[in-house]
Amino acid sequence: MLLSGLIVLVALIPLFFVIGYVVSIGWDQAIALTWRPRVGELLRNTGLLVAGCVTLASVIGTGMAWLVERTSLPGRRVWNVLLVAPLAVPAFVNSFGWVSLTAKVEGYAGALMIVTLSYYPLVYLPVAAMLRGLDPALEETAAALGYGPWSTFVRVVLPQLRPALLGGSLIVALHLLAEFGALQMLRFPTFTTAIYDQYRSSFNGPAANMLAAVLLLSCLLLLTLELRLRGHQRYARLGGGSARDIPRRRLGRAAVPSLVAVGGLTTLALGVPIGSLVFWLVTGSSTGFPLGDLAARTATSLGLGAAGAILTMALALPIAWLCVRRRGRLTMLLERSTYFGNAVPGIVVALALVTVTIRFAQPVYQTVVLLVVAYAIMFLPRAMVSVRAALVQAPPVYDDVSHALGSGPLETLRRVTLPLIAPGLGAGTALVFLAIVTELTATLLLAPIGTQTLATQFWSNTSSMAYGAAAPYAALMVLLSAPVTVLLTRDRWRSMPI
Amino acid sequence: MRFNARVASAAGLVAVVLGVAACGTSNGTTDPGSGSGDRATLTLYNAQHEDLMKLMVADFTKATGIKVNMRNGEDFELANQLVQEGAASPADVFVTENSPAMTLVDSKGLFVPVDDAALAQVPPQFAPSDKGWVGFAARSTVFIYNAEQVKAAALPTSIMDLAKPEWKDKVGISAAGADFQAIVSAVLALKGEPATAAWLTGLKDNAKVYQGNGAVMKAVNAGEIQGGVIYHYYWYKDQAESGANSNNVKQLFFGNQDPGAFLSISGAGVIKSSKHPAEAQQLVKYLNSPAGQKVLADSKALEYPIGNGATANKVLKPLSELSPPTVDVTTLNGPKVVELMQQAGLL
Repeated sequence: MLLSGLIVLVALIPLFFVIGYVVSIGWDQAIALTWRPRVGELLRNTGLLVAGCVTLASVIGTGMAWLVERTSLPGRRVWNVLLVAPLAVPAFVNSFGWVSLTAKVEGYAGALMIVTLSYYPLVYLPVAAMLRGLDPALEETAAALGYGPWSTFVRVVLPQLRPALLGGSLIVALHLLAEFGALQMLRFPTFTTAIYDQYRSSFNGPAANMLAAVLLLSCLLLLTLELRLRGHQRYARLGGGSARDIPRRRLGRAAVPSLVAVGGLTTLALGVPIGSLVFWLVTGSSTGFPLGDLAARTATSLGLGAAGAILTMALALPIAWLCVRRRGRLTMLLERSTYFGNAVPGIVVALALVTVTIRFAQPVYQTVVLLVVAYAIMFLPRAMVSVRAALVQAPPVYDDVSHALGSGPLETLRRVTLPLIAPGLGAGTALVFLAIVTELTATLLLAPIGTQTLATQFWSNTSSMAYGAAAPYAALMVLLSAPVTVLLTRDRWRSMPI
Repeated sequence: MRFNARVASAAGLVAVVLGVAACGTSNGTTDPGSGSGDRATLTLYNAQHEDLMKLMVADFTKATGIKVNMRNGEDFELANQLVQEGAASPADVFVTENSPAMTLVDSKGLFVPVDDAALAQVPPQFAPSDKGWVGFAARSTVFIYNAEQVKAAALPTSIMDLAKPEWKDKVGISAAGADFQAIVSAVLALKGEPATAAWLTGLKDNAKVYQGNGAVMKAVNAGEIQGGVIYHYYWYKDQAESGANSNNVKQLFFGNQDPGAFLSISGAGVIKSSKHPAEAQQLVKYLNSPAGQKVLADSKALEYPIGNGATANKVLKPLSELSPPTVDVTTLNGPKVVELMQQAGLL
């Protein structure tokens, strides 16, 4: 319990820091730094982007999920994989793919299109899973009562999808608030890019920290808004019953336009960035394959990913264990606290850790240890979800049976508990690992002297417009991320958070 | 089952230790500042172009056997980092693209005076009077424009003209970059605060903000904007490579001691808390020595060497023809510039 408490305290460092900072610089300066036109501009940009992208991603994600799960769309299995596949292309790589071909995508419209193409799968996944799990009886009843297909969808199906839609939208919104690379390349300033600009011109100065405070506040607002909207209604079938397949709607003449829509979407979301990468790999003037550098950056990324994933999972284990096995007010509070990490963008975590370690923990400042701790803080919520899900697979009754049969605690752990939870832990580790491999913002701020990852090397090459030189690093990140796509298309992992 | 919870916690702790150990080994050095054995290893906070410094540092290491680790960043990012780190900084030497960041670090008393031998290698105007740092390279401000879109008669005669309404949405700047901020510091030093604030407000209306000078030039070349304010070497570098991003671009050197003809000095200084001050002085002295200046002049960086007797690459407009404004390097103020740019909404 004490250990878990300590872990949660570490995870909350960024939150405490930002609050402490705002208090310490005083009301007047805080107002002066936040109540200025630039902040208004950033607020407007960020708000418009979040609103636009959440709307578009919801429409596209739901539409695609319906086509794949509920209609006779030809090639559904393949489309299912292809529709999730954009998750394997980090948003900043997608952005690079577009902007290196045409500058027309700069600005709001282009940014909206590109982030939507990158993030709609975050809505598609939960909605598709939910559509599959719905009880067909409700829809049949609606049809029997004289509803047409459209009004059945709007009045019966859509309300049932609410938790999935809200959850997906929240994740999209939080990703957007934290997004740096994609938007910086498109010259569309939001809070996160502005904080980075401030950092570049004044390190951890007051303006950067105040922007971080506003950003954090926006994230927390979103989080509470989603909790409110979600409500407590339950839509699941009560009791077991046996799941029944829902008859698929024949598309008939709508088949061709539907195929065009799905094909067009995957071409834009997947074809363009991959095509652009291939183009730069083949023709890039600044290429020439620096094999040594590529290997070194890959090794660094893999090493950091492994260390970060192990640490994150190790930190999640005791808390998740308490939550599953010792439910109580205190453990609930601990679990909820780790959830806050979801709402803290990488740039805020990094900025807080820089200042805190310079002042209070010089020995870890500018070390790999600090970077790995930052990863753990950022990705603890993801690890928590998978560890919890895994632990639920191993109810205490199995331990009792094992003890009754004469096994000691260690043997029970080895022969009963671990085999039961191992697949879940493995998947969680993989998710955190991949998140770290494609992490850019915190790595830029916290990487020790001389440490370059695939993401930071890619970034420094694109910043100096060496598109050809950047392409191999982007391609490696896509290749490393590809397995997660396969994982996510399997039913069992559909509810995993990204 | 109480025991199980303990086992889980213990397992967690073990994994943490393993994880930390793993990342220690996976990345080799976690503390590159401490050096090993008899030869010191210097830590260089580098805000100059990474490729140029790599060349110069490699030549220095070859000549002296002293190894150098680099932390790369922007002028003010690293300068403020040094200020925050104070006496605990791992840095031995600090090198910037522009002098205002050097002045910031100097004003906090974090430099030791540069050896006279290094100071003697450049004309006196390229170092502050307190000898806190010394210059080793220079770059000239230029106005670049799209040759098809801008007629000669419509060209600005001063950088101050760019705040006028006729340039609305037509000029590009890299506002977050240290280069542009150094140019603003020259405007501030020459024109005073009210005029600079008004100029920045005009620029906020007129300018499109890009990430980096290269991006500004590319946009001018593509005709997305008609003109932009950058340093001279971007155009020369691109011309030397392929011209793909600069063939439609022409350069205008304002001359006439206009703030827009500002010549910015790249400086180097030794950090007071350095554990290897002698080696650090050696590195600074190397940078503006004839050997260092030759590496600079022969490199693709195309910045101006400023060491006594050094000659710049022949493709460049000669330093003697630039007619830059006379600015005392110590008056170029960084933090004030950032503050003014924040007020104007450019940052």
